[in-house]
Amino acid sequence: MKGWIAFWNILLKDVRSYYLKPPNISWGLLFPLAWTAMFFIRSGLGFESIPAILPGVMGISVLFGTTSMLSVTVTFEKKGRSFERLLLAPIPLEVLMLAKTSGAILFGTANAFVPVVIAAFLTDLSGVDWAILTPAVVLIAVSSTFLGLFIAVAVKEVFEAQTFSNFFRFPMIFLCGLFIPLDRLPVFLRPLSYVLPLTYGADLMQGAVNHAARLPLFLDFALLALFCLGLFLASLRNIRRKWIL
Amino acid sequence: MDTGAAQAIEARGLSKRFDAVPAVDGISFTVRRGELFGFLGPNGAGKTTTINLLTGLARPDAGTIGINGVDCSTDPKAAQHLIGVVPDESNLYPELTGFENLCFCGALYGMRKNERRARAGELLGVFGLADAADRKFAGYSRGMKRRLAIAAGIIHEPPILFLDEPTTGIDVAGARQIRRLIADLHESGTTVFLTTHYIEEAERLCDRVAFIVAGRIVGIDTVERFIQPERDRHVMQVSCLNVPDGTLRELAEGFPDSRFQDLSGGVIRVEADSAVPVGSLVRFLEERGAEVTEARRMRPSLEDVFVRITGIEAAALRREKEKKGGGA
Ligand SMILES: Nc1ncnc2c1ncn2[C@@H]1O[C@H](COP(=O)(O)OP(=O)(O)O)[C@@H](O)[C@H]1O
Ligand SMILES: [Mg+2]
Repeated sequence: MKGWIAFWNILLKDVRSYYLKPPNISWGLLFPLAWTAMFFIRSGLGFESIPAILPGVMGISVLFGTTSMLSVTVTFEKKGRSFERLLLAPIPLEVLMLAKTSGAILFGTANAFVPVVIAAFLTDLSGVDWAILTPAVVLIAVSSTFLGLFIAVAVKEVFEAQTFSNFFRFPMIFLCGLFIPLDRLPVFLRPLSYVLPLTYGADLMQGAVNHAARLPLFLDFALLALFCLGLFLASLRNIRRKWIL
Repeated sequence: MDTGAAQAIEARGLSKRFDAVPAVDGISFTVRRGELFGFLGPNGAGKTTTINLLTGLARPDAGTIGINGVDCSTDPKAAQHLIGVVPDESNLYPELTGFENLCFCGALYGMRKNERRARAGELLGVFGLADAADRKFAGYSRGMKRRLAIAAGIIHEPPILFLDEPTTGIDVAGARQIRRLIADLHESGTTVFLTTHYIEEAERLCDRVAFIVAGRIVGIDTVERFIQPERDRHVMQVSCLNVPDGTLRELAEGFPDSRFQDLSGGVIRVEADSAVPVGSLVRFLEERGAEVTEARRMRPSLEDVFVRITGIEAAALRREKEKKGGGA
């Protein structure tokens, strides 16, 4: 019960202090909007092409939404030393870090559905399998958030977190099959794709929206979940090693 | 869990090094329940590191830690519900108001909403911050920030409170207010572990004091017992104008039972094992052309003890700290 009170209030504070701030809300809305417009215009096709680019746009929205927030909620608070208050609280580190990341997971998930809502006005989405798409988006948000956490824990400065996450984010746009199908990538790049969690998330979304997944869905889900667990445990280990000196 | 006989804090052979530098080097001490314990030492002595070790923000390389009888050498989380910590920097959330900050800190310790709101309101009153309750922490003055940080440290009514240099960088009036709050906490039965570089502060507030220098405890005792030997020595300070060169040497020859020290600015320190012969001393000086403006007996203080034990001049300690405080 006590741990739950702490968890809930840490999450609530982050949502109020960071996620519901106008710049972040508009960023969360505008960014997916801009990507949707850009890819739509570039494709030069009609509204019927929207489902084809929808998974990619959703993936980018989640990836950028989640990772950029972690550098604030974790790196920034670590630098300002208010994070010490959290480390001094009598709650397990696991609960603490889940509380610090839940806001980003919710934010990322919400970001992903911005392009979906826009698309719903422009084209017919009745073919979408929501029972797969929704958990897939949540898992993508979790894995991207934990990737952001892993980066945030590895660096000292906010700008390092930003730079380091771009080092992952931009290649991921091209390597994870968001817009370019994996079999059109050069052969020597393909192994890279399969060590990035978003590849499996993108495959799930392709399956849900366009019924064009290339791996069995349960395998995608399982691997994505495994990445989440691995990144979270690695981050905890780093915090224990580097922050509790 | 509550073993009546246990000490509030029990450190045995605590060591912590950063790279090659030993920050804390095999220190042992105990703090009894309800005691106000002072940890006194110069900049970089290892005070903050010791607090970090005791509160679970750092892991010791060697040694054991007991908090109210709970062994937390291996599990730093084991006793965190028993302690409150006021860090050397007021690290509350700038974007939250004073009231919100306190409520949030209460929630971290699992306090329910009504409980933490009531306690936050009460503390804001006690700490003279009621009028600033709904203002953002970012806009608080230094003294207000520090007081709110202390309030945040005791929101969950911990039996043990750690205070890291609570009056450093605070103006005189603010510091006095903070010292009064600490004394009240002590009065109400809270065990207090206080680090400070103000020797007078430790002398006035603390039951017992440890001197820490370069990661080692070089002295630990009650303030009373520390000062007792000083009472048997007689110390005077004589201020004079126009002291001719070589006077100090002549004084030493003329008064072989006393020791003399030039404190600069025309102040001469005289120390003797029996009463200093003031009359003949003043005459001696005036015969040599010096004009004595003041001669007074120095009350023995913890400062003398500190200087004797550590070899560090108290004035140097203060200057060093002011530089640090001014830059921060
Ligand atoms: N995180 C750290 N990394 C490296 N050295 C440190 C670290 N923290 C403290 N030290 C060193 O340990 C010594 C003790 O520091 P500290 O405990 O902060 O002293 P105090 O609080 O008494 O001023 C200093 O020499 C300081 O430079
Ligand atoms: Mg310190």
